[in-house]
Amino acid sequence: MREEQGSGLARTPRALHQFIVFTTACTFLLLVAGALVTSNDAGLSVPTWPFAPSGILPRMVGGVRFEYSHRMIAGFVGLLTMILAVWAWRREKRRWLRWLAMGAFLLVVVQAVLGGITVLFDLPSAISTAHAATAQIFFCTLVALVLFTGPWWQSDLPMLEEKARPTLRSVATATVVVIFLQLVLGAAYRHNAFGVLPHVFGAGVVTAMVAWSATIVLCRHREIAPLRQAAKLLLTLLIVQVCLGVTAYWAVLYQNQLAQPALLPVVITVAHVVNGALTLAAALWLSLVAFRLFGPLGEWELAPATVPQQGQAASLRTS
Amino acid sequence: MKVRVLGLASVIALAFVVAGCSKQASQPAEQPTAAPAAPAATVNPATAGEITGTVKFVGTPPRMPIIRMGADPGCVKDSHGKLVHSEQVVVGKDGALANVVVFIKSGLGNYSYTTPTTAATLDQKGCMYQPHVVTMMVDQPLNVINSDSFTHNIHVMPKDNPQWNEAQTAGAAPIVKTFHHAEMAIPVRCNIHPWMQAYVCVFANPYFSTTGDDGTFTIKNVPPGTYTIEAWQEKYGTQDEQVTVGASQTQKVDFSFKAQ
Repeated sequence: MREEQGSGLARTPRALHQFIVFTTACTFLLLVAGALVTSNDAGLSVPTWPFAPSGILPRMVGGVRFEYSHRMIAGFVGLLTMILAVWAWRREKRRWLRWLAMGAFLLVVVQAVLGGITVLFDLPSAISTAHAATAQIFFCTLVALVLFTGPWWQSDLPMLEEKARPTLRSVATATVVVIFLQLVLGAAYRHNAFGVLPHVFGAGVVTAMVAWSATIVLCRHREIAPLRQAAKLLLTLLIVQVCLGVTAYWAVLYQNQLAQPALLPVVITVAHVVNGALTLAAALWLSLVAFRLFGPLGEWELAPATVPQQGQAASLRTS
Repeated sequence: MKVRVLGLASVIALAFVVAGCSKQASQPAEQPTAAPAAPAATVNPATAGEITGTVKFVGTPPRMPIIRMGADPGCVKDSHGKLVHSEQVVVGKDGALANVVVFIKSGLGNYSYTTPTTAATLDQKGCMYQPHVVTMMVDQPLNVINSDSFTHNIHVMPKDNPQWNEAQTAGAAPIVKTFHHAEMAIPVRCNIHPWMQAYVCVFANPYFSTTGDDGTFTIKNVPPGTYTIEAWQEKYGTQDEQVTVGASQTQKVDFSFKAQ
């Protein structure tokens, strides 16, 4: 997969990398907007798609504020993603990354179609859950692009060896999968596909997997700064997420006694959703960094790997 | 390139197929309304009686949350600054409980009934539904009216009838719908103004009544017989009573709901 044998590392144009970061930040805002729609029960406040019955810009009141804002931000993110895909296709030397950028654009198109279907068919639970899950996949794709196009990923890093079993790569990958499934369970609960118990049970599994990943990093690879930082971030986000989850449960019970969505329950449930997205992204980041350092992703970037001599790993301690 | 375009089109088509299946799965299979068995007779007004009574709330009525309409300045204006409370439990003077639907649950013989041609009405006024509970018969038209000066959306969520969700602008013609299957307590929501809630109860016969502010109900033209009468309240559920109505007799049945 090496694009240029022995000719040095491919470099993403700095402007492209910054654009990807900006697109990712906008996508995070889109996640917030989407969570606000569900928490305010505004999903069907504009029953036509893609525009409102009254035209391109409806009266932005009540539930329409949330639902239509979400559509407008989604349109903007779609435009950004299209520009990103075209720009990467023209300027990025790594063929796999060009295709990944195209994949991100395809995801945003699928997401738009799912969004339209949820509105036109009165929020079928399966489609609404798929819409939420695709949002997470799309966000993670952009986060991965941020990592892949950043200077650290493309720098001359030594290949390291991971002898202990299970490997960090396998545990971190499993953690990503488990967190994603947990987000799907949460989305299914929010969209009335089934109850909260599977999601509560999933929280226990996620906690165990994150703790396992972090333990491997902190016990075996403490000296590798990128791994250590990623593990600490993931642990922090998990702790916040568990606290938000407990609070969100009580917020939902409280909300059910009220005549309309109230600010505090909405804020808590939205925070729980978006922090879940950040947790998934952090787990993915940790996993990708592990694959970069221990292989095989590093082999896609570098000259043929050599087993590092003692001290070579020290170059990562100050990263 | 052609392969890629075809692949993209396939994804989009697949999404619509899945949604179509989901949509169909969420709709009950349309079944023709069963043709009534050969009626023994229509109800004889000469021998028909009445069931009347009162529904009361026992105990301290719950405090209903205040509805804050600030999300839409139009609602604040159209409600004329009135303080509006949730209508989930409306207790009047002497514990009179409003918005309770009382109906004959079982015991009716094989009678035929004329479906009313006069429409039931659900109005959106001051950003609240009026009435809070609509009762009507199968295949009777329901007129949904928007008396406010801005758009509402009406989202009706039955289980045994097709679901629908439509926007209605100010001054628009009434939305006219019918329900082909009897169904209790169909929720109605406005997703623009999430505090707006109502219920539609659809019956196969005309023996139902909704209590007003005084808590009273009257079910008229009841043929002689022994019946199970049910009272439904949206928060406190249902209660049943047995009643026997003689020829041209008025029977009194009272219900009481307690604080939980």
